[in-house]
Amino acid sequence: MLARMTGALRFSPAEIAGFAILAAVVFLVLPLALDTFRLNLAGKYLTYAFVAVGLVLCWGAGGILSLGQGVFFGLGGYCMAMFLKLEASTPAATRIQSTPGIPDFMDWNQLTALPWWWEPFHSLAFSLVAVVAVPVALAWIIGLAMFRRRVGGVYFAIITQSLAAILTILVIGQQGFTGGVNGITDLRTLLGWDIRTDAAKEILYFVNGALLFACLLLARFILKSKLGRVLVAMRDQEDRVRFSGYDVAQFKMFIFCAGAAFAGVGGAMFTLQVGFMSPTLVGIVPSIEMVIFCAVGGRLSILGAVYGTLLVNWAKTTFSESFPELWLLGLGALFIGVVMAFPNGLAGLYADHVEPRIRALLAWLGVRGAMPAPVAGGAAREMAPARSVAGGRQSGRSLQARGGASPEPGP
Amino acid sequence: MTVCNPNFLLMVEGLTVSFDGFRAVDDLSFYVEPNECQVIIGPNGAGKTTVLDLICGRTRATAGSVNFKGLELLDMREDQIVHAGVGRKFQTPSVYEDLTVFENLEISYPRGRNVWGALLFRRDRTVGRRVAEIAEMIFLEDHLDDKAGHLSHGQKQWLETGMLLIQDPELLMLDEPVAGMSIAERRKTAELLHRIIEDRSVIVIEHDMGFVEDIASRVIVLHEGRILSEGPMDRIKDDPRVVEVYLGH
Repeated sequence: MLARMTGALRFSPAEIAGFAILAAVVFLVLPLALDTFRLNLAGKYLTYAFVAVGLVLCWGAGGILSLGQGVFFGLGGYCMAMFLKLEASTPAATRIQSTPGIPDFMDWNQLTALPWWWEPFHSLAFSLVAVVAVPVALAWIIGLAMFRRRVGGVYFAIITQSLAAILTILVIGQQGFTGGVNGITDLRTLLGWDIRTDAAKEILYFVNGALLFACLLLARFILKSKLGRVLVAMRDQEDRVRFSGYDVAQFKMFIFCAGAAFAGVGGAMFTLQVGFMSPTLVGIVPSIEMVIFCAVGGRLSILGAVYGTLLVNWAKTTFSESFPELWLLGLGALFIGVVMAFPNGLAGLYADHVEPRIRALLAWLGVRGAMPAPVAGGAAREMAPARSVAGGRQSGRSLQARGGASPEPGP
Repeated sequence: MTVCNPNFLLMVEGLTVSFDGFRAVDDLSFYVEPNECQVIIGPNGAGKTTVLDLICGRTRATAGSVNFKGLELLDMREDQIVHAGVGRKFQTPSVYEDLTVFENLEISYPRGRNVWGALLFRRDRTVGRRVAEIAEMIFLEDHLDDKAGHLSHGQKQWLETGMLLIQDPELLMLDEPVAGMSIAERRKTAELLHRIIEDRSVIVIEHDMGFVEDIASRVIVLHEGRILSEGPMDRIKDDPRVVEVYLGH
């Protein structure tokens, strides 16, 4: 009863350990073990982790599978890139252009003035707000259109995927305004601070890490609040939640917007660390890859999603250097394998196989209270569909739940 | 039939729904007074569950009016209808299987039901006390930390009833509350229902005639989407039409 009443916001020892280990990996192990080039690469991977954590919220907890998260990542990244590009396009730096003072690609496309909607991106404050606000605004509009009409499941996934395709086509087609297929490149300074130096890259890596942890803590807060439990309830019995007095569409819109906000931040950090933004990061393939990162890490665990992102990207870099043609097949096989064999991903494997052993070991060592049994596994266990707990009864249960969702169809 | 008596809690008038031309509920009118227990009986396919679906917003009506305390429920969303004070229990127990009994009741507690409210919701003493109170009422005080999915069928039915009680609705709609229960569970449930119908209006769908006789203040017999007969149970039992389509079997 006491544990119940102290509420969910207190960290359990296992959770503290989980966050501490990830912090050690991100802030100590990787910076010490990698040179600046590789660290920058790891920083790039971690920007995808923002998206994966957002997917844990939408997909893992809320049951909303979006195959268009690259859109929000891209919008955040483009907002940042627009600011950096304007800063790099001073009249002095662009004096050889026919219209000095506008970004180079505009000049190449015979534009003679900055489009009005580029103007506010002269301001860093505006751009930083836009990094979050633009993806959230689009997510909100999509959410309003889809969730109010109760579009969900596969239909929603397909619609978000086509959105990714539409945005890619739009960006490529409007070359004069967006930089087209090359994207926005040749970004140099942030308020006069050169972001291309090694020192800047290292600082940006740590800023990125800190922001990721801020997002992780925010995601944890959301999942541990009553809203998190409403999401789990909604994922399994959407219809019933309405009759507990909740406006399901409102909750879906919120969590979809939260995922979009995270993705936007990740996109902005990508732009800062990698130095460009292009439509190849917005489209269908990256959007699906991001879902795979999340699935491999474990779609129910925010920490797992970060590990999944790092692991898949590391594998991608390593294998695609050696076997460029086989990599995509390998990625596909990995996704199928994970979904078939380990639906809860790395986090599920950890919770089912590693953690019980650690606990047994601790118990054997006589450490009492170090890991209290029922609060295991960080965020993963809390939301997990009782799979390992119920064991073989799971399949029967979910069938029953299906039946329960639709009492006496029609008259 | 008297129309527009302001003392009625619920006024259903001319309620009609047709699915592809088939009228599942056809020009149905009935009235529920405060603190009245109205039971709907009828053969399978008579439209009983559909009537409840229409009142609680699960199915959209083709025509008619459902007036609850001056509010037109047909124009409202499900969650708004719940907020107005109408609770609905489904035929098959539908509880949140991945959440514990405590969390199931907590989710149903009528506070923090919008996004920000849910985000900032705190498990304070009032919530804890209310959940404990309801859990005791529904015989689940020892199962608060169990996942609802691990409960027996009867316990799930009780939990769902508890989830409604914690909402404290003025109008409670129960769809076969004792279906699938053992005799012992059934007796306990009857006792529970007696307690919860005391200070609110209830609409119950039930097949168990003993149970109906026990709780009903008025009975409506539905047949093919229309009212075949209505009144107190003893009169219904002697109605030859009712015996023919329903009770005779």
